[in-house]
Amino acid sequence: MTEAVNAAPYGRDRRPFLRRLASASEPYLYSAPALILIVTVMLVPLVIGISYAFRDITLLDPFSGGFIGLDHFRALAKDKTFWQALKNTVYWTGYSVALQFCLGLILALLLDKPFRGRGLAQALCFLPWAVPSFLSGLNWAMLFNPIVGPIPHWLFGLGLMDAPDNLLSSPDHAMWGPIIANVWWGIPFFAITLLAALQSIPRDLYEAAAIDGATPFQRFRSITLPFLAPTIAITVMLRTVWIANFADLIVVMTNGGPADRTQIVASYIFTTAFRRLDFGYASAIAMVLLALLLVYSMLIVLLRQTLLRER
Amino acid sequence: MRSNKRIVATIAHRAAILCYVAFALFPLFWVLKISVTPNDLLYSEGVRLWPSRAVFDHFDFVIRHSDFPLFFRNSMIVSLSTAVIVTILSSLGGYAMSRFSFRGKFWIVGLMLLTQMFPLVMLIAPIFKILSPLGLTNSLSGLVLVYVAFNVPFATFLMQSFFDGIPKDLEEAAMIDGATRFMAFRQIILPLTLPGMAATLGFVFTAAWSELLFALMLISGVDASTFPVGLLSFVSKFSVDFGQMMAAGVLALIPACLFFFFIQRYLVQGLTAGAVKG
Repeated sequence: MTEAVNAAPYGRDRRPFLRRLASASEPYLYSAPALILIVTVMLVPLVIGISYAFRDITLLDPFSGGFIGLDHFRALAKDKTFWQALKNTVYWTGYSVALQFCLGLILALLLDKPFRGRGLAQALCFLPWAVPSFLSGLNWAMLFNPIVGPIPHWLFGLGLMDAPDNLLSSPDHAMWGPIIANVWWGIPFFAITLLAALQSIPRDLYEAAAIDGATPFQRFRSITLPFLAPTIAITVMLRTVWIANFADLIVVMTNGGPADRTQIVASYIFTTAFRRLDFGYASAIAMVLLALLLVYSMLIVLLRQTLLRER
Repeated sequence: MRSNKRIVATIAHRAAILCYVAFALFPLFWVLKISVTPNDLLYSEGVRLWPSRAVFDHFDFVIRHSDFPLFFRNSMIVSLSTAVIVTILSSLGGYAMSRFSFRGKFWIVGLMLLTQMFPLVMLIAPIFKILSPLGLTNSLSGLVLVYVAFNVPFATFLMQSFFDGIPKDLEEAAMIDGATRFMAFRQIILPLTLPGMAATLGFVFTAAWSELLFALMLISGVDASTFPVGLLSFVSKFSVDFGQMMAAGVLALIPACLFFFFIQRYLVQGLTAGAVKG
């Protein structure tokens, strides 16, 4: 029935069965290579990984491997480091995403105006995205280091610090080190996607609004924002999920310290798996994180649907 | 009065742009600065913007007396093959997502979104267990296989939005003239998406170039190590040799930045075309 409707525009609805089968399977043929890879290299290991959460899997321990039911999750509920890490994750993700988004949006708006040298300015502003993440971690760790980096001396000079100390070893503010590195690295992602969305807004809308006497702020609020909203929803969702899972910078810059003050869930998983080699417990933590992120994404997808329907 | 206001706005605009450029480039400048600072000046001139004596000793050491040329070659092979394979697979997949509405589509999109949600750390032990009997651990092809799978989902979304920007009428016209869909795809649509493919290529290249975790876990020998793993070896030693590490860092930055510098505008262009459809 649906096939006949699909084929109608081409006037070929009396095709033999085999041809119809071929055209029905066409989209699957195009996506098959990608799908097969995703299923074998990601989905199957994911299922195995989830099964580890219910098993006692410790590397290098030949007696491990037995099923232990929900023991890991019970231990997790009482694990203080985990709850602290969960709080830190919210802090780290919230500030990183908010700052990246605001600064990225401003950059996109700045680059949306034509001016001489825009191409070069755009390429230079987007450059941090190309820097390997661990290298940006090392880079910023160096900048915060009072011996080889300038930032502590600048902060001291501005009176923001009592002595030129390393920000990364201060228990109260250490999280800002990785956050700043992350903001630096992630602004281009938002700027690129938002700039693309900005450039797709029909220019005559702005002209019409200007003729009607709308102020720049009014134009931004009633034309730009509604057009950007679906892009904003989807990019903020993707970035939040990526950043919540993004342990590289923290592992390289502070390794969770001082005193677990910068330990986020993702870096805690990393530490549990590779320092303590406890893959079972690491999988259990990862599952909790995955569940939380899934719920969050569902909410955003629902929000985006409502936004699109209103448009 | 009005033109005065405009001049002020223009100056503010240029100044803001300048701030962004400075913020983006300063950390990279510092990497370069440390890499040319001789060891005896590293600590005494730690805060100066440029050392009183710049030397290329660190580069000389890294290029001639370390394993970095080998790491460089390995990284190049892995990243280029990953980028090429991902671009081909995601072009096919993105085309299917953009042009067909079929029953499995919802599930495929759901599966691809799911792959973006969990910490990849979770996959290391299972992947190691699957690849090791196949002889794919400690080999560059195993690494390529893993990287391709990790990058395909996002690249497919990217390619889909590029295809969305190309009018459907083009291949429909060709198909009425008797071309099969695949012929229309290859001869009409693909050439139009070349900028988008370039963008995907560059995007995936930089991602593969910087991957550390799996390179660290799947590869144990020096022969198949990639650049990030090599760089980390400077840190895990007793004392960090900042100069040599940053010299190697500068070398690592060159290909990724060059690649990205040239493709970023296609990324914006391609996404613009796709965004029109929402």
